[in-house]
Amino acid sequence: MFRYILRRLLQMVLAFFGTTLIVYALMFAGQGDPIQALAGERPVTAAQRAYLTEKYHLDATGVGGFFYRYFDYVRSLLQGDLGQSLTGRQIGDILQAAWPVTLKLALIALAVAILVGVTAGVVAGIRRASIFDNSTLVLTLLVLGIPTIVLAPLAQYFLGVKWQLFPPTAGSQPTFYALLLPGIVLGSLSLATALRLTRTSVAENLRADYVRTARSKGLVKRRIVTVHVLRNSLIPVITFLGVELGNLMSGAIITEGVFNIPGVGFNLFRGIRTEDGPLVVGIVSVLVVVYLVSNLVVDVLYAVLDPRIRYE
Amino acid sequence: MRVRRLAAWTALPLAVTLGLAACGSGGDGGSGSSDPNAAVSIQIGEPQHLVPTNTTETSGSQVLAGLFSPLVDYDAQNKPYEVAAESVTSPDNKVWTIKLKDGFTFHNGEKVTSEDYINAWNYGAYAPNGQGGAYFFEKIAGYQDLQGEKPKAQTMSGLKKVDDLTFTVTLSEPYIDFKTMLGYNAFFPLPDAAFSAPGVLKDSYEQAPIGQGPFKMKGTWQHDSKIDVERYDAYPGEKPKVKGVEFRVYQQLSAAYADVLGDNLDVLPTIPTESLSNAPTDLGDRYQTSPMSSFQFLAFPTFDKAYSNPDVRKAISMAIDRDEITKSVFKGSQDPARSFVSPVLPGYRENTAGAAGQFNPTEAKKLYQAAGGPSKIVISYNGDGGHKDWVDATANQLKANLGVEVVGSAEPKFADLLTKVEKKQPVGVFRMGWVMDYPTMEDYLGPLYSTNGSSNYYGYSNPEFDRLVKEGSAAKTQDEAIAKYQQAEDILAKDMPVIPLRFGENVFGHSSKVKNVEMDLFQRVNLVKIEAAS
Repeated sequence: MFRYILRRLLQMVLAFFGTTLIVYALMFAGQGDPIQALAGERPVTAAQRAYLTEKYHLDATGVGGFFYRYFDYVRSLLQGDLGQSLTGRQIGDILQAAWPVTLKLALIALAVAILVGVTAGVVAGIRRASIFDNSTLVLTLLVLGIPTIVLAPLAQYFLGVKWQLFPPTAGSQPTFYALLLPGIVLGSLSLATALRLTRTSVAENLRADYVRTARSKGLVKRRIVTVHVLRNSLIPVITFLGVELGNLMSGAIITEGVFNIPGVGFNLFRGIRTEDGPLVVGIVSVLVVVYLVSNLVVDVLYAVLDPRIRYE
Repeated sequence: MRVRRLAAWTALPLAVTLGLAACGSGGDGGSGSSDPNAAVSIQIGEPQHLVPTNTTETSGSQVLAGLFSPLVDYDAQNKPYEVAAESVTSPDNKVWTIKLKDGFTFHNGEKVTSEDYINAWNYGAYAPNGQGGAYFFEKIAGYQDLQGEKPKAQTMSGLKKVDDLTFTVTLSEPYIDFKTMLGYNAFFPLPDAAFSAPGVLKDSYEQAPIGQGPFKMKGTWQHDSKIDVERYDAYPGEKPKVKGVEFRVYQQLSAAYADVLGDNLDVLPTIPTESLSNAPTDLGDRYQTSPMSSFQFLAFPTFDKAYSNPDVRKAISMAIDRDEITKSVFKGSQDPARSFVSPVLPGYRENTAGAAGQFNPTEAKKLYQAAGGPSKIVISYNGDGGHKDWVDATANQLKANLGVEVVGSAEPKFADLLTKVEKKQPVGVFRMGWVMDYPTMEDYLGPLYSTNGSSNYYGYSNPEFDRLVKEGSAAKTQDEAIAKYQQAEDILAKDMPVIPLRFGENVFGHSSKVKNVEMDLFQRVNLVKIEAAS
């Protein structure tokens, strides 16, 4: 197991540099005129253009320029310096401020997905074709069908503005309560998928041979479900949730925008809009690490859940 | 120079028209007493910079308006009057003497002296500092010496200290509107504490700017989150009616709008486009409008020969029903434009575009065909600024009224559009916007229509026009200057280099917890007038 983890960690280093290279190349290729993008519709003075061009080596173009800028970036990255955004802020500082709140939001969303999704999935799986099963089926279909861009403003308007159950936006130092609504909105999509996955998996496992054996041995139903079926049914769900954690942390652009949470998605959106290459690459680099780590955790969890899976 | 604050508009969120029912929470406008110990919150975007000479967008400008007090401000007629200055005078409009009022102190206790202004302006003009507002100083003698990669000098020869409260500014040539110009935030002073060495600004200054205005920083700039300021009790000017202001950063106006509805945010300076139709019922009398200087128009690149005949441009202008578009697309939040400068300016006249500004489809078609206009018109715009609706509406009107093919073509960003124009790629007609820096006609005529104008991307050039604008800015009196500017504007009506479309308004809303919310021409909330309702 130890050797396996070590090997995976070494692979991660390669994967990390590979992805940053690709992301850097994409940002480089897609870059129009970041200085003008920063200024919006205001004309840029020659002095300011010269200043920013020199500071960010924007005059280094072409293939040679690309590698010059990429290695410059990697060199400072290895020294723990993520560089400066085009507005002159340290990207390290931006990320430091943005990660905790995004992490909190992602964990709330994940908790909602697990608590509600897995529980309801198990119940629906056991009572297949019941009213509960059918109504969750319709509900999840509905949730899966409504994009966040509609769901988030609707939830904000009704729960936040009209009935005033939650604060309409969360802000930068939100209380747990203020993050609850955005967390639920963000988690609802994963919730629906987790519910469906659990339901199918449980329903399938209930028909498995070992369940029949357990039942004929006279085991109580509660024990069959919680110990035997649930444990075996969770493997696809864990896979899904592990990947989802990465998604939740990067993909909250819409939710963070609607509820004004200055997290990672919020900064990523701004970086893309203003063609702020260093900022986008910095955020994506960290996201890559998050994905790699959560994938490793998922793989290790497999072994915990299913003793037949062994790593060498 | 400056199409500036429209940049903030490009931050408009994805237009999700939800068609929600009205909220119906009526407010109690201006009644009741006010609470001087309450703080109010105002929406801003994350400022790019908070150094006065580097701040050129609305959000930063709004914060600086609280931290600093300008030399001059503008009265109801938009003429300048002294605030931090005792007097701004010049015998010949070339050498200006600025006397400061006694009693102003920086928030760290330093007395404000003439040197603080001179140091700040030199810092702003010095090219290696890369300040976005440097162009404001280009009229001052010696500005050129501070340009280039290795400038010859660090200080402008035109700035001279007379005594602690007086200094003179020598311009390279006479400029009548120099006093008006001084209201812009690039002309704020910087305290000694801001510099680590002469001409070197401390990195930390921007995180907690020290000014001489009615409010001082409370803590530091909390990026992406908020900037808190509190009343500065030693401020000698008009005292604010609130204890402090929280400038809260929003990335999406729709989120801020929801917060205003929920009384969670006090002032939203710009109602998002998708909420314009609901806002009057949602907010009741807390939905307000006031004049603003923005100007939207269509420009014709001169390299495109299809539009080189002025009659073609006039015909297109006559085929656009401006009233219909401002009503149906903008719900009355913008006004139809039939002149080339904003109505907020001294010297503005209505309908200077003459017949070309009047909607007349039959005449337009006749003129268009006689002048041999192109059989296909493309209207280019930036797709990130919420322009699609009105461009499509305009295209449909032109199609119907001129009987030619008209399509709207979106570029991702304004920068992409400009790149294409600069490379002389065919973009057809393209949209542009303008917000003034200071209220003079010259701030429209110079940058937009002069041969070397900083925003004259379309390449319009008329020597007669250039001469009149130059004569106007070198005039002896304001009346004389305005007369020249107006003559210049008449030339525009003949040449029709652009089609004026709309003048903007501040469309803002506030919570039921504040009153006396006023906004100026620069989309900023008046921080000394706002009161907390109690």
